[in-house]
Amino acid sequence: MGRRGAVGSNVLRKDGAGKVNGRALYLDDLSFPGMLHARTIRSTIPAGTITRVTPRVATREFIVVDHRDIPGRNVVALIDDDQPCLAEKRIRHVAEPILVLAHEDRETLLGATVDIEYRQTTPNYDPLRSDVTFKQIAIDKGHVADGFARADLIVDGEYRTRHQEQLYIEPNGVIAVPDGHGGVIVYGSLQCPYYVHRALKVLLGLPDERVRVIQTETGGGFGGKEEYPSMIAGHAALAAIKSGRPVKLVYDRVEDMLATTKRHPSIVRHRTGVTKDGRLTAIEIDATFDGGAYATLSAVVLSRGLIHASGPYRCDHVKIRGRATMTNTPPNGAFRGFGAPQTQFAAEVHMDRIADALGIDPVRLRELNAFRPGDITATGQTLGKDCSALTVLREAVKRTDFRKRRKALKGTGRGIGLALFFHGSGFTGSGEVKLASRATLQLTERGARILVGSTEIGQGTRTMLAQIVADTLGVSYDAVDVNDADTGVVPDSGPTVASRTCLIVGRLLQRAAAEMRERLGDLSPSQYLKKHGPLVVTTQYEKPEKVSWDDTTYRGDAYESYGWGCDVAEVQIDPVTSQAIPVAFTTVHEIGRAIHPGLARGQIEGGSAQGIGWALLEEVVIRDGRMVNSSLTNYIIPTTLDTPPIEVQIVDNPYPQGPFGAKGVGEMPIDGPAPAIINAIRHAGVDIREIPASPERIQACASR
Amino acid sequence: MPVTIRHRALLSPRSLKDALRLRHEEPDAMPLAGCTDIYVALNFGTLPARGFLNLWTLDALRGIDVLDGVVRIGALTTYTALIQSPIVARHLPMLVAASREVGGPQIQHRGTIGGNVANASPAGDTLPVLAVAQAVVELHSVRGLRLVPFTDFYTGYRTSAAAPDELIVALHVPTPQGRQWFRKVGTRAAQAISKIVIAGVGGRQPRIAFGSVAPTVVRLPQTERVLASGGTILEAQQQMQSEISPIDDVRSTAAYRRQVAANLLDEFWRATGPGSARAARGR
Ligand SMILES: Cc1cc2nc3c(=O)[nH]c(=O)nc-3n(C[C@H](O)[C@H](O)[C@H](O)COP(=O)(O)OP(=O)(O)OC[C@H]3O[C@@H](n4cnc5c(N)ncnc54)[C@H](O)[C@@H]3O)c2cc1C
Repeated sequence: MGRRGAVGSNVLRKDGAGKVNGRALYLDDLSFPGMLHARTIRSTIPAGTITRVTPRVATREFIVVDHRDIPGRNVVALIDDDQPCLAEKRIRHVAEPILVLAHEDRETLLGATVDIEYRQTTPNYDPLRSDVTFKQIAIDKGHVADGFARADLIVDGEYRTRHQEQLYIEPNGVIAVPDGHGGVIVYGSLQCPYYVHRALKVLLGLPDERVRVIQTETGGGFGGKEEYPSMIAGHAALAAIKSGRPVKLVYDRVEDMLATTKRHPSIVRHRTGVTKDGRLTAIEIDATFDGGAYATLSAVVLSRGLIHASGPYRCDHVKIRGRATMTNTPPNGAFRGFGAPQTQFAAEVHMDRIADALGIDPVRLRELNAFRPGDITATGQTLGKDCSALTVLREAVKRTDFRKRRKALKGTGRGIGLALFFHGSGFTGSGEVKLASRATLQLTERGARILVGSTEIGQGTRTMLAQIVADTLGVSYDAVDVNDADTGVVPDSGPTVASRTCLIVGRLLQRAAAEMRERLGDLSPSQYLKKHGPLVVTTQYEKPEKVSWDDTTYRGDAYESYGWGCDVAEVQIDPVTSQAIPVAFTTVHEIGRAIHPGLARGQIEGGSAQGIGWALLEEVVIRDGRMVNSSLTNYIIPTTLDTPPIEVQIVDNPYPQGPFGAKGVGEMPIDGPAPAIINAIRHAGVDIREIPASPERIQACASR
Repeated sequence: MPVTIRHRALLSPRSLKDALRLRHEEPDAMPLAGCTDIYVALNFGTLPARGFLNLWTLDALRGIDVLDGVVRIGALTTYTALIQSPIVARHLPMLVAASREVGGPQIQHRGTIGGNVANASPAGDTLPVLAVAQAVVELHSVRGLRLVPFTDFYTGYRTSAAAPDELIVALHVPTPQGRQWFRKVGTRAAQAISKIVIAGVGGRQPRIAFGSVAPTVVRLPQTERVLASGGTILEAQQQMQSEISPIDDVRSTAAYRRQVAANLLDEFWRATGPGSARAARGR
């Protein structure tokens, strides 16, 4: 058609104008006639049982919902179904929901009090001393004993990471509206409408068609709106059903930070055998993730964490053990990276310590051991041509003149460090097969309309999917519309998580658009509609032929493809304050091909900044099981003055099975910054092995 | 978590006299200036006050002038006004430095020096400056005017010598002799509360004050004496440990604060003491 394609160019965002001119409606902008406001009454103890609940409210005026109002099962249905929607007797963490109050006047609602009496038991906050293990995973390749026997040197280390808050700009919120037939329609700021759909069916004991979930414009998620909205939607839906009226439930920042999920803290131990010339002979890893009070997504976070735990390195003998255990803190959950940032932090800091122990250059150590196409991973996956570990490493080293800088900075109070990392696109293992996602394309007068359950949460889903459809169908980008993520209309395309939307859902739509184009033949969309009537094409996930996975042995192709990245960070340590100030940051990413280079860079810059925050500043301070800095005053995320300019380089290596060569990009950028920064701090003279590397920790470490 | 803000009353005086009368009649009504501290407490549900006395419209509490080397700053003067004032730039550069580091532009436009003083947080960024400059607090009530030396103003953690019916109307800040010094160590580069903050006046008779290392802002008279009498920095650092009493809190640790306070003292003294480059150049 001679038209310049949409893919690969920085087209205007589908959601851009509305967000700029203020017309985009977020959850709290919406109102319904007769709507009530709801509020959640939560536990104030970390462990024990409830002995008495006394609402001090005029019961005729208020809707008071407790566990006895649940018509279905009292669980937030997800994986293990161990978390109640409203606590009955047992309390496992501070801020556990017990009651939902609703009233038409928000101020009256906020003035209401409820007395709750408890019998307290002893809480446990140490994931290493927990009686409850949510999940254990073992990965084995070869025999580590043989590998250690071949080693000239063995290096041990323990690395720790802590909670991190997702801090999406829009706090969680939903509105539940009775549908007049015993069911509910739920509007919400959320990532996964079909997760909420399923959880509500179980909680309310309703059939598919009596629950409808509609995503509203969503101000960020970062994983924080993956599973928790199912809980909030449950609370609002229960109040809506009990009252027969629409119910709005919106958290403020404090409640959102206090009660909702965070990144899993981790303790990862490494024991590595290496030859004198720097070849890895054995890798043994033991990882413990703090799951918090309920299982939620811990099993799959652990799984992704462990699969990435040995880093992008070849080694014949690998033994990985890991577990997620219970502690009496609010459940930890999905957060960009999903376990991989924790384990790759450990792997990459450990690599620099190995290089030190051997007295070789950290680049050389990585060059020797980085995965090449044809290498076999810890789970036994043979990597294809889409493996670019060496490419990104060399590019990052070249762009930063790493070796020279490293020499020049020695002993100056500045340091430079790097981290090499990878990230699997899509659900782990057989996850995509089980999801069996679907996507629909509907022919319109001008072009086509996309119907998917994938959500726009600021990352550019609508734009990127429309680009893929436009070029495949051969219409202009503007001729492609994207429907709201409304379970009443769109098919289940799986959750918007796991760096899967572009690769998996984009590919489904590409297939749908190709089929539609074939059906159109020489006709334009409007000619086709006139001649043949409506045209709708739905495609479903098909496993790429070569991909196979065995859940019981944890062997096979953990992900169909991986992205590859290398970060270089330079830090300055202030001798007066012990602050590590990041002064330069370069990141090289291979993500197949960027559908929208501007959005891809945005993801990489944003993810890097979030990683820098995790590395240096962000600390959830917990006392007696309660987050005591649950406000933006004291939970410190980086401002632009705390982040150096971030230089982003995207390297192309089109992945043949990806739409237009693309893989995932959303999560990977947060894997590298923390180890790169810690390695830079180490180069500047402080051997720190725990993040955040706050000035307090750096100082304590330096004066030891 | 959110709390109701219903049943709160706002009193709007038209003049300072009016305000003092209302303050006398309703001492529970909380004075309200830029509202930057009040709003946060209100939102967090930690503010018991039901009534407020709006000072924002009272121009008698605004203005900066200088007489005989003493800068008089109206209580309602915002950080932006302090940053832009040629008088403050000339006489009290350390106050400009402190103002620039308060919050971000939004807070600087709205937050006031009177509010910073009255709020009495040990982390208030202007407080060490006022302490080393030997400022005086001008308090008014229906009973008249009272001048209280700033170093006597705080009586303990978030308590002051101001009577329940008094208002802060102005601060009198004498221009210090000697090089002025200010450094804030915040939780991040901007929009940050101080973990430690130091203001100092260098020279042969140095004056030093710290914030966030004790229940109130503290001057360090004994440490100052060690330095004035030619003691080493090590002796001064040792002395200062008895004059501060930092704690562990959500923002930092006592150990860190002690160490960094000592480092800051050293940095201050290197830059402003008799042995400093400036002094060596005969300034
Ligand atoms: C985002 C943010 C960032 C901030 N950053 C900083 C910072 O970096 N450094 C810092 O020091 N502070 C900071 N603050 C705190 C606050 O901005 C300052 O303390 C400011 O100076 C308060 O002034 P105000 O006029 O807003 O006071 P208000 O909030 O109006 O009042 C504060 C208190 O002072 C009393 N008060 C006010 N004026 C008078 C008066 N004339 N007489 C008697 N009592 C009075 C009030 O009754 C109240 O108790 C920050 C606040 C926010 C919200």
